[in-house]
Amino acid sequence: MNIKITMNKDYFEIIRAGINTTFQDLGRKNLYHIGIPFSGAMDNRNFLLANKLVGNKLDLPVMEFAYQGPLLKFNGNKINIVITGDVIFKIRKKNNEIEGNCYETYELEQGDEIDILSTNKSVYGYLAISGEFDLKFQWGSCSVNIKANIGSNEGKKLNNGQKIDISKINPNLEKKKLNYFNSKIENIRVIKGTNFDYFSEEGKNNFFEKEFIVSKLSDRMGMRLEGPKIENIVNTNIKSEGLLKGVIQVPGDGNPIIMMSDHGTIGGYPKFGVVVSADYDRLVQISPGSKLKFKEIDLSDAETLFKLYEMETQNLISQI
Amino acid sequence: MIKNISNLGDAALYCDFGIEVNRNINSEVIKYFKAIKEKNIEGINNLTPSYNKLIISFDLSVTNYGEIKDKIEKLNINEVPNNSNKKLEIPVCCDTSFSLDIERLEKKLNSSKQKILENFFNKEYFCYMTGFIAGMPFLGDLDKNMRAQRLETPRVKVPKGSVGLTEQFANIYTFESPGGWNIIGNTPLVVFDSTKEKEPNLINPGDTVIFKPITLDEYKNYNE
Repeated sequence: MNIKITMNKDYFEIIRAGINTTFQDLGRKNLYHIGIPFSGAMDNRNFLLANKLVGNKLDLPVMEFAYQGPLLKFNGNKINIVITGDVIFKIRKKNNEIEGNCYETYELEQGDEIDILSTNKSVYGYLAISGEFDLKFQWGSCSVNIKANIGSNEGKKLNNGQKIDISKINPNLEKKKLNYFNSKIENIRVIKGTNFDYFSEEGKNNFFEKEFIVSKLSDRMGMRLEGPKIENIVNTNIKSEGLLKGVIQVPGDGNPIIMMSDHGTIGGYPKFGVVVSADYDRLVQISPGSKLKFKEIDLSDAETLFKLYEMETQNLISQI
Repeated sequence: MIKNISNLGDAALYCDFGIEVNRNINSEVIKYFKAIKEKNIEGINNLTPSYNKLIISFDLSVTNYGEIKDKIEKLNINEVPNNSNKKLEIPVCCDTSFSLDIERLEKKLNSSKQKILENFFNKEYFCYMTGFIAGMPFLGDLDKNMRAQRLETPRVKVPKGSVGLTEQFANIYTFESPGGWNIIGNTPLVVFDSTKEKEPNLINPGDTVIFKPITLDEYKNYNE
């Protein structure tokens, strides 16, 4: 006799995966010395807000997407979802279609779809569920680094047709909403780097006075910039040494590259400067083709700016 | 000794041990790296030792540059015993199917395959640092007559296990990756094991390595 076992499991079917959809959390620490980068959500504030809105612990993994996001179909009883960032998306239910608002939770029922069409004049957006995706941790984090094949989902981005299991759904599905708009940033603030003196006066002036355009070759590893050349007058190589996110390397061709969360851990190009921590979340949201400018500040100003930014984030979290 | 400490951005210390790349300076870097790691200082979230620098990054929402700098300067480095360095033997097969750049090296070094390999296997190497890609060891020093530049055009894919030479260093590609080192052979040994939660890399900064030549048959049977 054939016995059919019906699996009563909740899952998402990935009808369309999107351009670069990965699971991300706070990233992995203390592994730089063996060559494993931090990774983690690119825009930390929007990551935290996503988790808070669906009533999760703030460090749970969420889905991060870039440019065009995924189209997901929910299979299960009921779940809340939220999208954070600046994102255009729709919720399709049996009889109607809803234009989605970011920072507002939606209840999904069996068969409902969420269609994340695009990020709006920005790069990254986040999808969190009121519960937990069934994911494997690697070195204390689910964050996916597709270049190094590290993290959950076998270190890969999501693929069309995949099923993502949900291991836990929160019992209370409370509707939540936050009034928040992502502010854009025009001037990225920078602290001088350890090889600042390798560059000509003209190169330094170009960097802080002229505009740059974000190149299409930017990704989770690095943001490449096009604009005036930053001329090196000492040596276009240094003895290889550690890198950090936000470090601005200038290779021999004079075009700056800013290290992003999945950067290689060691590099041999001179360090012109470092983007301050307070501006990192907004820097990563500047889309290819957009302009940006740099402004030099000192360490104590950078520390103050970060405190203010942190307070603002905590304040937003406490409003939810 | 650390010659100078400065800030690298607002969330890291840049510890400079000198300009040169040699074992003495690098041993100091590694000594500090191990001592600081052992201390588990609150807020530090990464340490990156390299040839002659140590970068200490921290969580700016927990601590700041001034606090960490103070702690590092007050650290008594001699408290920490430095006895964790290992000595390792790495089997390498230099069959023509693996030694992708041996002809290039013969020309560049004005030598023969036999002489190059003889020199390579007849040495003890010191691990200066690991990184770039996960677990990749930077091993030195090659003799002066063994030093060649990187390939003019890097390979898009260097096979996993490849052993390469560039300037004064040998390295091992722990997984398939782009790269520009001169490949002379391949090791069947797992140098980086991503399934291990603890110590996924076999070779750590401060370790000593010798390479042992193996035949193609030995290579093929190695993991059986």
